[in-house]
Amino acid sequence: MTLVKEEPQPVTATAVLSARGLVKTFGRVVGLDGVDLDLYPGEVLAVIGDNGAGKSTLIKCLTGALMPDAGDITLDGSPVHFKRPQDAREAGIETVYQTLAVAPALDIASNLFLGRERRRAGVLGSVFRMIDKKGMRKDAGTALSDLGIGTLQNMAQAVETLSGGQRQAVSVARAAAFGSKVIVLDEPTAALGVKESNQVLAMIREVRSRGLPVILISHNMPHVFDVADRIHIQRLGRCAGVITPQSHTMSEAVAIMTGATTLEETPGNATG
Amino acid sequence: MLGQEVSTATQPAGPVQPAGPPQPAHTAAEQFALREHSPLQRIQHVLHRHPAISPFLVLVLSFIVFSLINPRLASPNSISLILQQVAVIGALAVGQTLIILTAGIDLSVGAITILAMMVAAKLAEGSGIPGVLAILIGIALGVLGGLINGGLVTRIGLPPFIVTLGTLSIFTALGLLYSKGQSVQGVDLPAILNWTGETFSVGRFRITTGVVLVAVLYVVVGFALANTSWGRHVYATGDDAESARLAGIRVNRVLLSVYTVAGAIYGLTAWILIGRAGAASPNAITEANLETITAVVIGGTSLFGGRGAVLGTLLGALIVGVFRSGLSLAGVDDQYRLLAIGVLVLAAVTIDQWIRRVKA
Repeated sequence: MTLVKEEPQPVTATAVLSARGLVKTFGRVVGLDGVDLDLYPGEVLAVIGDNGAGKSTLIKCLTGALMPDAGDITLDGSPVHFKRPQDAREAGIETVYQTLAVAPALDIASNLFLGRERRRAGVLGSVFRMIDKKGMRKDAGTALSDLGIGTLQNMAQAVETLSGGQRQAVSVARAAAFGSKVIVLDEPTAALGVKESNQVLAMIREVRSRGLPVILISHNMPHVFDVADRIHIQRLGRCAGVITPQSHTMSEAVAIMTGATTLEETPGNATG
Repeated sequence: MLGQEVSTATQPAGPVQPAGPPQPAHTAAEQFALREHSPLQRIQHVLHRHPAISPFLVLVLSFIVFSLINPRLASPNSISLILQQVAVIGALAVGQTLIILTAGIDLSVGAITILAMMVAAKLAEGSGIPGVLAILIGIALGVLGGLINGGLVTRIGLPPFIVTLGTLSIFTALGLLYSKGQSVQGVDLPAILNWTGETFSVGRFRITTGVVLVAVLYVVVGFALANTSWGRHVYATGDDAESARLAGIRVNRVLLSVYTVAGAIYGLTAWILIGRAGAASPNAITEANLETITAVVIGGTSLFGGRGAVLGTLLGALIVGVFRSGLSLAGVDDQYRLLAIGVLVLAAVTIDQWIRRVKA
C-alpha cells in the first residue's frame, strides 16, 4: 500500500489522526507547505526528513505545541483545534519529548503521574488532598513491566539515578499509560546506545500491539525500517511521499529525503 | 572519593571488539555497575534519599557538645528560650523554603513582615478596629505582598532575586512611612495581638502560643509538600520548570501560589513577632532575609530548587538557635556565632553539591 502524495487518501473513518493541507510559516520562513498525514489504528508511522524539512513543525502542530496557520486536523473523524499541549493531551494524544520532560529529583512513580496525581479514597483524599503514593507506585510498576521493563523495581527511586534508557522508559511508560488515542515519540533513540535503543523499539512494538498507533520521529534509518509500518518523508516543508519498509530500501528512502530522487522516479516494489 | 574515580577509570572499558573472544557474563560497564559501593558512596546515597540527616546530626552533636561545656544549655529554661528565639525566623523560613524549592529566593521576607505588622498594630492601636480584624488585615497584606512578588516573577518573567530586591526596598519604605518610624508598644494593643507571646507550662518547659503556631505551620506546610499534588508540582517546577510545563503542570500558577502562600506566612508571622517582642517596631528583624536563607540552606534545601523539605529548615533554624545560646553560655564572644554559622552554610552547600552528583 504505497500512498503517493498526488493521490491523497480520503479522510476515512479508519484514520485515527488526519491532517490536511497543514501550513505553518515563521515570518518568511515556510515550515509546512500544505502537508497531509494519516495515522491508522495500530500502526507505527515514522516521520523522517533532513534538518529543516519540517518534521518538528509537523509534530508540534499535531501535538498542540504550535498552531497551524491553515489546514485541518481531525481526531477520530472530528475536527480538533489544539491551542496548548494540554489540549492534545486531554484529547488522548501523548507526546514523549526529546528532552523527556521528567523531574530528575522526583521518583519514578511521581514522574509517571506528574500533573495527574491520584488522590486517596475517602476523607484523606477529598479533604486533606492526600495523594495515593502506594497505589501510584504499584501502578507505575505495572505500567513499566507491561512494557517489558523489568530492570526497574523500586518505584521510589529518583529518576536522576537512572540511565538514559531507563529515563526514556519512564517517559514512554507515562505516554503509554495515559495516551488513549495516539502516542508521539520525538527522537526516542537519539541519545541511547544499541541495547537501550532496542529496548525502546521493543516498547514501541508493545504499544502497537495494544492497538495504539504511534508516530515516531527519527533520524535513525535502521530503527525506522525496523519498527515502522509506513514512513512519511518530509522534504522542504512538504511530504515527499509515504513509503513502507517493504516497498523501498533504506538508501531509496534517504535519496527521496535528500532530494537525490523522487517517489515517481523510485516507485519501489509495492508488493509489500 | 577522587581516588576511587581514578581507579575505576583504569578498568578495561575499551571499545567493543567485533567477533572477539566469547563474551564474559558481564560487560566491563555492567561489572562497574555491580561494583561494591564504598562507605562514602553509601553515605552519599543515604543523604541523597534523606537530606535532613546531616542537619539532624549537626543539631544533636552541637547540642551535646555545648551541653558538655555548660550543662545549663540542656535545662528546660534554656531550651524554652531557644524555641522562643527561633520561632519568628523559623516561621518566616517556611515561606523562604517554599520559594527556594522553586529555585527562587525571597529578599523581601522581613520587609513584608514589618509592613504587615506595623499596619496591623497601628490599626489596632488607634482606629478602634478589633484586634482580630487587624491581624487578618496584616495577613491579607502579606498575601498582597506575595502576590506582587509572584506576579512580577510569572507575568513579567523577572528573576526572583531582582523582583524581591526591589520589593524589599519598597515594602521597607512603606512600613517606615506608614509607622512614621515609631514603634507601637504591646501594652497599647488589644490582648489578642499579644496572645502569641503568652506562655504556658509543659512540665518544666515554658512554651508560648507563638511557638505552638509555628509548630502547626511546619506540620501543615510539611504535609502539603509531601502528600499533595501541589507539593509534587512545587518540586517538579523547581527541579526543571520547562520539563514540568511539558508534563502538563501549569508552572506559572504553581509559582504564583508559592509566593502567595509565603506572603500569608509572613503576615501570620507578623502576629507572632508582636507577641515575641512585646511591641511592633519597624526596626525589628533587620536580618530576617539572611537568617531565613541561612536556616533553609543549613537545613539541606538546595538553592537550585527541587529538593529539600521544611523539616530540614526547622533543624537549620534550631541549629542557629543552639549555636547562639550554646556559645553565649560558653562565655564566647557572640561574633564566633557568626563565624560558625558561616562555616555551616558553606558546609551545607558543599554537601548539597556532592549529593546532587549521586550515581546509581
